[in-house]
Amino acid sequence: MEVIYRYDGSFDGFLSCVFDSYAQREIPAGFDSGEDGVFSLFDSRTVPTDPGHAARVLRKVTALSPEAAVLLRRGFLTCLPEKELCLFRLTAKLLREGPGFLRDRSDETLCPVVKAVQHLNGEVHLLKGFVRFSELGGVLGGEIEPKNRVLPVLGGHFCARFHNERFFLYDRTHREALFHVPGRSVIRPLADFQMAPPDEAEARYRLLWKRFYDTIAIKERENPRLRMTHMPKRYWGTMTEFQGEDWFRPRSSPAGVSGPGAPAGISAPGTPPPPSPSAPGSGP
Amino acid sequence: MDVLEKLTILTDAAKYDAACTSSGGSRTAKAGMIGNTSTSTAGCCHTFSADGRCVTLLKVLLTNRCIYDCKYCVNRRSNETRRAAFTPEELADLTISFYRRNYIEGLFLSSGVFRSPDYTTELMIRALSLLRETHRFNGYIHAKAIPGTSPELVERLGFLADRLSVNIELPSEAGLKTLAPDKTKGAILAPMRQIQTRNRQSREELVKFRHAPRFAPAGQSTQLIVGATRDTDFRILRLTQGLYDRYGLKRVFYSAYVPVVEHALLPARDVKPPLLREHRLYQADWLLRFYGFRAEELLDEGNQDFDPRVDPKCSWALAHLDAFPVEVNTAAYETLLRIPGVGLTSARRILSARRVGPLHIDNLRRLGVVMKRAQYFLTASGKMAEGLRFTPDSVLRGLVAAERPLLPRQEGVQLSLFDPPGTA
Repeated sequence: MEVIYRYDGSFDGFLSCVFDSYAQREIPAGFDSGEDGVFSLFDSRTVPTDPGHAARVLRKVTALSPEAAVLLRRGFLTCLPEKELCLFRLTAKLLREGPGFLRDRSDETLCPVVKAVQHLNGEVHLLKGFVRFSELGGVLGGEIEPKNRVLPVLGGHFCARFHNERFFLYDRTHREALFHVPGRSVIRPLADFQMAPPDEAEARYRLLWKRFYDTIAIKERENPRLRMTHMPKRYWGTMTEFQGEDWFRPRSSPAGVSGPGAPAGISAPGTPPPPSPSAPGSGP
Repeated sequence: MDVLEKLTILTDAAKYDAACTSSGGSRTAKAGMIGNTSTSTAGCCHTFSADGRCVTLLKVLLTNRCIYDCKYCVNRRSNETRRAAFTPEELADLTISFYRRNYIEGLFLSSGVFRSPDYTTELMIRALSLLRETHRFNGYIHAKAIPGTSPELVERLGFLADRLSVNIELPSEAGLKTLAPDKTKGAILAPMRQIQTRNRQSREELVKFRHAPRFAPAGQSTQLIVGATRDTDFRILRLTQGLYDRYGLKRVFYSAYVPVVEHALLPARDVKPPLLREHRLYQADWLLRFYGFRAEELLDEGNQDFDPRVDPKCSWALAHLDAFPVEVNTAAYETLLRIPGVGLTSARRILSARRVGPLHIDNLRRLGVVMKRAQYFLTASGKMAEGLRFTPDSVLRGLVAAERPLLPRQEGVQLSLFDPPGTA
């Protein structure tokens, strides 16, 4: 009997599903985390999240192969279509055959997961460089628009580097934000966020950076294709050097203000591709 | 002059330096200090400029005033250009402010020779000390050691910077004499030797004393200009190999010469920079550092320049067809690395995967092998890719076609540059 598991979308919830499928001796036909409104003709069953069950599954996986546990954790953050099913198959194969097949990257069960995790790791690596912070009254704030849920991985890097700063990083795609104060950091859902317009000093540094960026290129070597290979355009929307003029106009200057207390609205349209092309569709 | 203007002038003057890496740092965050250098061992690019080059550091000159008159350089004293200089405070403020906004990984500080090498280096030391000691900056710093600086000052510079570099620029002594009359080979190599020795000592001291200060922990690099003189690829590559072997350099950078001045000894101004040649040299450089190749295998007295049509590894494989095909299930790691289309990562994956079971052609693609190139040179479980028929000639054609879409577009024009510029 084919059945779809409905769970709460958390990692623990997913592991509880794995536990349940073994307890009920059945193989799920799919997973439904409730967000994408999956409609299916199969029966569905709601699996309650049980931290005890989740811990048991994770303990077993870790005992068989610590690498597989990392793969599950990271794989769960990726934008792989039907990631739960892929991760379920990987777990099942691991429990059935042992960890030997993990050495073979061309394995059909392993390959999609490894590739998705590689995509996640690649995105994290690029974003370590491409994130741009703005100083807003002593607090640093930045926005990103990634395909994968990078914040849990990326957060570690910025928390280490800016350990004595207060900062936040907003993920537009997944509508969540990382908040950091010295010694503590959390990731919380955040429905909407608009960057406030810059003050005098912030606008100045943005302009200095833009000038540096424009000057450092050698005209005789211009190569837009190479630039796009290294830095795909979907990252440009949140990077200072590609913003329109409004981005560099300080709050107090007469030209750029719509109302003194108006909460932002001004800086957001500075983003060249405004309706965020990469956000909704996620996967290519 | 305000900072924006200074930044423009001093960035413009620094942009021809190819080195822009933040690799090799592993310093973690410290209480009371800003930043770290441990993004990843390979470094971290913060953006890419319109020419496609990585920007990781704030790359500027301290000043573009210069007493030297190197013919190829935009900052030579005879060039009529606007001159500027940062104060140490301005530079520190820019670095810290950019770093906190995650624009950069650190600072790359170079300079024209102002008054004398020693005087300039002292200015640089003052700027870097302010940044490190007063502003408590813990991020990456790459500093230039200027040829002719006294050893004591290089020593102090090395304790402030993560990486030092001395630019050789011209790959032969004859080139130096004609184009950079103020520099000598000895003056360039002396600080390089000193940096190497001091770096080694510092690492030995670190074994004994945990808190011993680190001297240029990310090592040293250098840059060679390609296309300003008539030096061949073979000469450049052999020099590179010597630098890696004898001076323990981390990187040698190549910079395609961009004609900035009309001079009888230099290529004319309308000559395009030899980008393809630079690209081939970088490919060969990787073969030297990671693939166990020697310069003499890739080029020799009879073959002094790289084939513009195919990359150096393919070129080598085509000249050694008797060594192929390689059976991927049994070949040693070193042999796998010699197959075009197999890189460090895919070779490692092959080693790991073949312990599980015999590999077939289908597996290889999923392991990351570039079959467009590799198919001519390997077998898996005794079989080549299905339906593949070829002659040495058609292999060459196939390889050229496989690489073409990856190369910059104006290449058609650039091939003519392989004839050395007519200087006579």
